[in-house]
Amino acid sequence: MSEHSHSEEHHVTSYTTYFIVWVVLMILTVTTVYISYLDFGTFNLVIAMVVASIKAAAVALFFMHLKFEDKITWLFAIFPLALLALLMGMTILDTFTRITP
Amino acid sequence: MEQANTEHSHGLHMDPQVEYSSSKLGMWLFLGTEIMLFGGLFAAYAIFRAKYPEMFLEQHQELNREMGAINTCILIFSSLTMAIAVSAIQKGKRMLSSLLILVTIICGLGFGVVKYFEYGAKFAHHIYPDTSIFFSLYFMMTGLHMLHVFVGLLILGVLMVLTWKGKFNEKYSTPVELGGLYWHLVDLIWIYLFPLLYLVG
Repeated sequence: MSEHSHSEEHHVTSYTTYFIVWVVLMILTVTTVYISYLDFGTFNLVIAMVVASIKAAAVALFFMHLKFEDKITWLFAIFPLALLALLMGMTILDTFTRITP
Repeated sequence: MEQANTEHSHGLHMDPQVEYSSSKLGMWLFLGTEIMLFGGLFAAYAIFRAKYPEMFLEQHQELNREMGAINTCILIFSSLTMAIAVSAIQKGKRMLSSLLILVTIICGLGFGVVKYFEYGAKFAHHIYPDTSIFFSLYFMMTGLHMLHVFVGLLILGVLMVLTWKGKFNEKYSTPVELGGLYWHLVDLIWIYLFPLLYLVG
C-alpha cells in the first residue's frame, strides 16, 4: 500500500522475492510429481489442478506483477478466466449430464 | 512549450506514463486471447477425458514423466531469469538484464531439445497424432505450446540484442516487460499442460 503512494515509478520487485517464488514453485512441482505416483482415484486430478492453480497464481501475481497492477489490469486478467470458467463449466456439465444410449 | 517538447522527443501525442499503461493493458488483452485459444483445447481435453477415461489413463503412461518434469523445471527457471531480467533493466542494469535474457533463451532452447527427444521417442514407438484422441490432444496441445516457445524465443532474441545495445534503461523498459509477460504466459500454460497430460492423463 505505502509502496504505491510514495513511488511515481512503477514497482520493481526485488530479486529475493523472485527467488522465494521460484523456490515455492519448485517445491510445488516436486510435490505434484510425487503425488502422481500415489493412487487417490479421482482426487489425483483434483489435487493436480489445485497445485497447478497455486503455481499459476504465484506466476501471475509475482512474475507477471499482477499483485502490483491497477484494477483495470486485474479486470483484463480476470475476464478471460471467467470466460474460460464458463466454457469449461458448461462443457463439463454437458458431458456429465448427457444420457447416451 | 511543455507540450511541444514532449511531442518532439517522443513523436507521439502521448504522455509516457499513459503510453506505458496502455501498452501493458494491450498486452494483457492479448494474453487473454491466448488463454481463450488454449481454452478451446482444454475444453476438448475435458470432453474426451470424460468420455474415454480408460484410454487417457492407459495412454498417458506412454509419456515420459521424468522428461516432462525436467522441462517443467527448465521452464520455471527460465521464468525466474526473465523476471529478474525485467527487474534488472528497471534498475538500469542493462548488461545483467541482457545476460539474464540470454539465460532465458538458453533454457527455452533446452526445453525445445527435450521436447524434440520426446517427440522422437513417440515416433520411434509408432505413436503419431492420429494414433488416438489422447495423442491427438497431446501433440496438438504441446505442439501449439512449442510454437509459442519458438515465438517467445524470437521475441527474447530481439529484446536481448536491444537491451545489450542500450535501447532500454530504468526510465523506459516497456518492451522487456511485455516480452517477459508473454514468456510467463508460456510458462503458465505449461503449468497446466504438464499435470493434465503427463501426471493424471
